[in-house]
Amino acid sequence: MGFQSPALEYGALAPMLIIFGAAIIGVIVEAFLSAKVRAPIQLAISLGAVVLSLSQVWRLRGSATTTAAVNSVVIDGPVLFMQGTILILSLFALLLIADIDAFAAQASAVPGSNEEARALESGKIQTEVYPLTLFAIGGMMLFPAANDLITLFVALEVLSLPLYLMAGLSRRRRLLSQEAALKYFLLGAYSSAFFLFGAAFLYGFAGDVSLAGIRSAVSGGPGNDIFLIIGMVSLSVGLLFKVGAAPFHSWTPDVYQGAPTPITAFMAAATKVAAFGAMLRIFYVSLGGAVYSWKPIFTAVAILTMVVGSVIAIAQRDIKRMLAYSSIAHAGFLLTGVIALNQEGLKASLFYLASYGIATIGAFAIVTLVRDSSGEVGDLNRWVGLAKRSPAIALIFSLFLLSFAGIPLTAGFIGKFTIFTAAYESGNIAVVVAGVLSSAVAAFFYIRVIVMIFFSDPVEDTVTVTIPSLYTNLTIWIAAIATLALGIFPAPFLDFIATFATFTR
Amino acid sequence: MNLLTSMGLLPLIGAGLIALLPATNAKLVKQSALLVSVLVAALGITMTIGFDRGASGFQYIERYSWIPSLGISYQLGIDGISLILILLSVLLVPIVILAGWNESEGGRFSVKTFYILILVLETMMIGVFAATDLFLFYVFFEAMLVPVYFLIGGYGSGARQAAAVKFLLYSLFGGLLMLASIIGIFVISGNQIGRTFDITALSTLEIDATTQNFLFLGFFIAFAIKAPLWPLHTWLPDAAKSATPGTSVLLLGVLDKVGTFGMIRYCVELFPEASRTFTPLIITLAVISIIYGAFLAIGQKDIKSLIAFTSISHFGFITLGIFAMTTQSNSGATLYMFNHGISTAALFLTAGWMISRRGSSTIADFGGLQRVTPILAWSFFIAGLSSLALPGLSSFVSEFLVLVGTYTRYPVAAVIATFGIILAALYILIPVQKALHGPTTAGNENLPDLNKREIAAITPVIALIVALGFYPKPALEIINPAAQVTITKAGYSDPQPLVGGDK
Repeated sequence: MGFQSPALEYGALAPMLIIFGAAIIGVIVEAFLSAKVRAPIQLAISLGAVVLSLSQVWRLRGSATTTAAVNSVVIDGPVLFMQGTILILSLFALLLIADIDAFAAQASAVPGSNEEARALESGKIQTEVYPLTLFAIGGMMLFPAANDLITLFVALEVLSLPLYLMAGLSRRRRLLSQEAALKYFLLGAYSSAFFLFGAAFLYGFAGDVSLAGIRSAVSGGPGNDIFLIIGMVSLSVGLLFKVGAAPFHSWTPDVYQGAPTPITAFMAAATKVAAFGAMLRIFYVSLGGAVYSWKPIFTAVAILTMVVGSVIAIAQRDIKRMLAYSSIAHAGFLLTGVIALNQEGLKASLFYLASYGIATIGAFAIVTLVRDSSGEVGDLNRWVGLAKRSPAIALIFSLFLLSFAGIPLTAGFIGKFTIFTAAYESGNIAVVVAGVLSSAVAAFFYIRVIVMIFFSDPVEDTVTVTIPSLYTNLTIWIAAIATLALGIFPAPFLDFIATFATFTR
Repeated sequence: MNLLTSMGLLPLIGAGLIALLPATNAKLVKQSALLVSVLVAALGITMTIGFDRGASGFQYIERYSWIPSLGISYQLGIDGISLILILLSVLLVPIVILAGWNESEGGRFSVKTFYILILVLETMMIGVFAATDLFLFYVFFEAMLVPVYFLIGGYGSGARQAAAVKFLLYSLFGGLLMLASIIGIFVISGNQIGRTFDITALSTLEIDATTQNFLFLGFFIAFAIKAPLWPLHTWLPDAAKSATPGTSVLLLGVLDKVGTFGMIRYCVELFPEASRTFTPLIITLAVISIIYGAFLAIGQKDIKSLIAFTSISHFGFITLGIFAMTTQSNSGATLYMFNHGISTAALFLTAGWMISRRGSSTIADFGGLQRVTPILAWSFFIAGLSSLALPGLSSFVSEFLVLVGTYTRYPVAAVIATFGIILAALYILIPVQKALHGPTTAGNENLPDLNKREIAAITPVIALIVALGFYPKPALEIINPAAQVTITKAGYSDPQPLVGGDK
């Protein structure tokens, strides 16, 4: 019996293969080219790969659902939409990363050492962040497409490992950044262990690692229900950790604050899409039959997440920490889409992920602009009176905050409206009421920031808004226009999403 | 293009053009803003003339699909109630601009921004009353908060930021509760008649009693915050005290009417059974508001807070009239909204002139204004008399209708509410006596009287107060058919008089 090489559907896998291939080229470039030319080449490779991959996603958009790589990957509507979303968000994140001075010149140098100073002085800046980003993007694209638990786990690790490193790359306040990276890594490792543990139990329950196999076991197999419950709970812990849902959220503020801001933007926007994508697939496809076992727990988690995120955000004094708690609250809102377990819920989640992601990237892009001599200024008290210095930036930032708060005529409102409608339709009124009330709490801290920016006089004048580079500028403006456009005229986009929103079971 | 849309768009276009004007030329900005608002007012009057008074149901209907997959459309139309409120809005805006010619200066933002905000707000006000699509209404309802927030926080006095934030948070909280109810009724519509936000279609839904009660509460709390009804009123005195007089006129005169308007259009018409269930509670709250607002008004030392508390009392009357569910009380309530708008405008504008002349808003700082500034004093006096509902002035008609209409169904509430009128005499006449009469207080001797611009602003208001006091028929003709429809939709018929049936 000879070894038969598996048939790979290169066409269907092309978007991911392009990204992984470019990542490997990036590693080679990093190793063999001189420091001076690396940065532009790396940027070109990354952007090119993302655009090329995006074009492949676009090409696949109409085609019928396929499974690829011996059934381990499925390419259906939601996957393509999420891959497209991840790629677009990554494109903007890369534009932010392109302002390379946010990153340590030499990540391996001890903070404060002579070696570090020399590297900075000589301009020999390492650019490993680009290939790392590409690997992470690849993992994110694979995560929602994975069709069995093993592939799912591999994708989880491929997307997580680069992120752990990237969180530690900040040029300024390096110790904080490294602490964040270590924290993220340790907690991430724990959650991966939980995930694997859960996967093992699900295998024990179903005798199969494929999502379809688990699905048929759930809907009436001989499996042991205790195994199912343990497996489901542990697997969920791993996933909830990644999306930053309470009570597994405690890494979020530290990592968001410590990581270089472009990376924070990337994590906050793209990781959320990937993690929710995988979560939606698992629960809609595999575990839908066991909905009565997990719905109560998930409802509790969703409500807890919304409340914790909104309430603790009020006490934050740092803009990045505040946005981190806000992202926790949004994870709670997004969980209502998972619980809804209907077509509306899926559509709403897709819309929410896209609109939240784009506003998040825009908001963090603005955070990178507010600086003093020692780098970015996170302290909210020093953001006061920003509108006096640069009214346009202040207005756009307020727009993003209003979108997060869900004020009508912004994309955030449509997202919130559709996702709560889906939850209400599924009969889960408790979660709607909790969502609406925590939105009211959340509105408080978003508006407090707007008040600070517009209605207070600047106390010290060392803080400046740097003139955005072309890349950052592009990101901010596109994000702002998208947020407004999706808020005022969401119909075409909603219809577009509707053509994607069916999972293949 | 339809008249309603053009009317709504005109201020917005005007705001856009003003944004292009040079910021240094404040006078040109003011004149352009005035011109735009006068044009809008002219359109409003044209619309009123073209309105078919005999017909019930919506007129000037227009409908475009907006987000078809969610059943949302851009859908406008007006009946008598919305017409009268739109008319009130478009009449007040030019008066506010003219009266508060200088209040845009010295704010946190530029003069230009002030007028842009006012005009954007005007668009929102027209939209919120004209929307016949629930979603569109909600969009205007929430989006309206943004310009008001900047108007209070950017151009007011004293603790204006705190007041602006308080206003915004109260309103947002109510708005979000309403959003939950909107989602609820939307889902129910999807199950019964296909997804829609058309309020005429929504009012035909069959909703079970428990659900209806919860949905009703979501709407009602939002509107009771807006209106504001005791005990949800605490944001209003702060906001009115801190805002500029012009902003306060729009805030109390028009924006708060969205609350009472919403009670009629959405609470009563969409959830008739729940309205009946909650009527005793709401009537109680309304009566408490009337008495509480009046008592607190008597105790106020600051003239702007005084007007704010009188308004809480008046909103109590309006709410009482709405939920007494007779045609008389209901059309009285609608007329009251209009009259309260103009008499509050007169009070706030004259008070604003007094304050800007004296540099203080404490009542005790004034005195003997009657001798120093007779025209100003007389204007304030007439405005005050209108506010206490003196027969012959417009508010009397509406207050009388509300009380008579209420008495036929809730005699006890009507009797207690009548005490509000007596208290009104106190809270108006005490400041009138302190500020206008008696010896001239030191520092007041050389205050200038009203100039031509200010006289031009106040004259139409006072003329309207007197005219509608003597001859309210044109207004009532517009309102009555709509009020009739509301009562019928709510499932009530007017009670027959028990005595005197000797026809």
